[in-house]
Amino acid sequence: MRPVYMVSGGVSKFEKARPDATFQKMVKEAFDYTMGDVPKLKPDMIDGSVGSYFSDHFTRQLMAGIMATDYLGLCPKPNKRVEGGGATGGLCFQAGWEAVASGRMDVCLAFGFETMSHVQTWKGNEFIALASDVNFDYPVGGFYSGYYAMMVNRHMHEFGTTVEQLAMVSVKNHMNAYNNPYAQKRKRLTIQDVRNSTMVAYPLTLLDICVMSDGAAACVLASEEMAFKLTDKPVRITGVGTGTDMMRMADRPHGDVILAPNEKKSDYKNLKYPGVHSFRAGRSAGLQAYKMAGITDPIREIDFVELHDAYTSSEIQTYEDLALCKYGEGGRFVEEGHPFMPQIDYGLKLKTKGTIPVNPSGGLIACGHPVGATGLMQAVFAFWQIQGTIKKHYGSPELQLKKANRGLIHSHAGTGTYVTVSILERGW
Amino acid sequence: MAKNDIGSKRSPRRNPAAKLEEVMTGTTVFGIPFPKDLNALKNMSPIVIKHPYYVEYVHSYGQDSPFFAGLANKKLLGTTCGRCKYTYATPRMHCTKCGKETKWVELPQEGRVHTFTTCYFGSEEFLKETPFHLVLVEFDGVDTLMLARLIGVEGPGDIEIGMKIRAKFRRNSQLKPTDVYFVPAG
Repeated sequence: MRPVYMVSGGVSKFEKARPDATFQKMVKEAFDYTMGDVPKLKPDMIDGSVGSYFSDHFTRQLMAGIMATDYLGLCPKPNKRVEGGGATGGLCFQAGWEAVASGRMDVCLAFGFETMSHVQTWKGNEFIALASDVNFDYPVGGFYSGYYAMMVNRHMHEFGTTVEQLAMVSVKNHMNAYNNPYAQKRKRLTIQDVRNSTMVAYPLTLLDICVMSDGAAACVLASEEMAFKLTDKPVRITGVGTGTDMMRMADRPHGDVILAPNEKKSDYKNLKYPGVHSFRAGRSAGLQAYKMAGITDPIREIDFVELHDAYTSSEIQTYEDLALCKYGEGGRFVEEGHPFMPQIDYGLKLKTKGTIPVNPSGGLIACGHPVGATGLMQAVFAFWQIQGTIKKHYGSPELQLKKANRGLIHSHAGTGTYVTVSILERGW
Repeated sequence: MAKNDIGSKRSPRRNPAAKLEEVMTGTTVFGIPFPKDLNALKNMSPIVIKHPYYVEYVHSYGQDSPFFAGLANKKLLGTTCGRCKYTYATPRMHCTKCGKETKWVELPQEGRVHTFTTCYFGSEEFLKETPFHLVLVEFDGVDTLMLARLIGVEGPGDIEIGMKIRAKFRRNSQLKPTDVYFVPAG
């Protein structure tokens, strides 16, 4: 395998509905932004592409991938669709990495999109719930927020996590998004606002849960030689990991914790793992990526994280999967302030801030979650953060971290069935 | 409006955020306005149409069919792996640990709440059933869990992790996993 770099990225603004554009046009917007950011890159230098969208039901168009590809003018070059629920975008990013790492392509475009506004919210929830076992799970629950609510209730039972700790994630991510013009929801909130918001599935309220969006995102990945020809500031992808777990939560094992390099067996004497409180796929993906990138102490060796916070609860669970803290400490981790941005005032009394900023962009909760685009959006925001070009792309510097040499992106599907982790580092 | 409300002294209740619920019904339109100047077309509003999509599948439960036959006969069936001694509360015909074919076993009809939630919203198909309560059920001597509805409680405050619950069956089977549901054990 050879080194792979990201040289450019672009995102269409995520919105509740984009009736003015078809999916091809939204992908084109993200693509044009991407191309505009590296003027030396010409379309004929792109060797091929990978496309991603989650749901044929939302799109109501099979083979939408080729339709976006032809709209971009990338025929007759290679293209394929990559799909894996909520992790679709993260899988697409890694498929682009594979194309370049293997030597098949020197320059590969990874693009993704979703058009979720074409049905009403509760029909959309039905489409999403079809990504649970339709024989045993869908007819009983049929609601992803309900599935995640069951997981966090068990997390609270095992570890004493509180609803206020969940709410702090919402306050943080909405506040970060306040300075991100790409975000769909830019709000100053209090813990009480989150708790007083409409209850969706106990204990998760409307403000604990991400929203549906229309949007697209694109990334250009390149070999070392091409990357330095195209830009002075390429970002190297130094680690990739993909984990999986059983579709039905009911089937998840209750065994031993898969230990991170900074953990020991005695840390988890009485913990049955992963049960339904933790995402084994997230741990597996994280450890693969850490090993490849040579990371042994993630909280000290990673500067920031963009993770899949479809629910505030899953952000807390993911701190633990990624070994930013031990299993069971995720609630305290946010309460103490570790994942908050050092330079932002959240209206909260925090013991510390900025140990490892998590979701500086605002994450899915505030930016929106057009599924096939989401994992790529995280890559684009992380890329700008590492390049130090947040001011250029957001129009204001508030969200630029002083130290952003190495970032982690994390994409997650249905109750933790597919999880991808990729490590991005300053490459110049 | 109640008669007594008119002219009463109570402070006015006015909600500036009030909003009619969106519906998927509308008017059939045939005439579409069109500009003489083609350059004006790029300013045109998007045309949005309604597109119904309804499918009837001939869906087979395949090797899992006996589970549903069991429910119709008031039996809760799981599967067990002879080699791993691992029992699945939600059946699977091949052991995920060793790949060997499992055999059908009858599960106890009393279990405990492993975790739970109350759904106040849901997918369109189940929206009319909200609020409903979901539980993952754990059974003694069984290694995996089972997803089910819990009734006989009003809200999340009435449910506790570890509480004993008992299976009940619909008399007229729908051949759905909801043919079995749980109630608090007496």
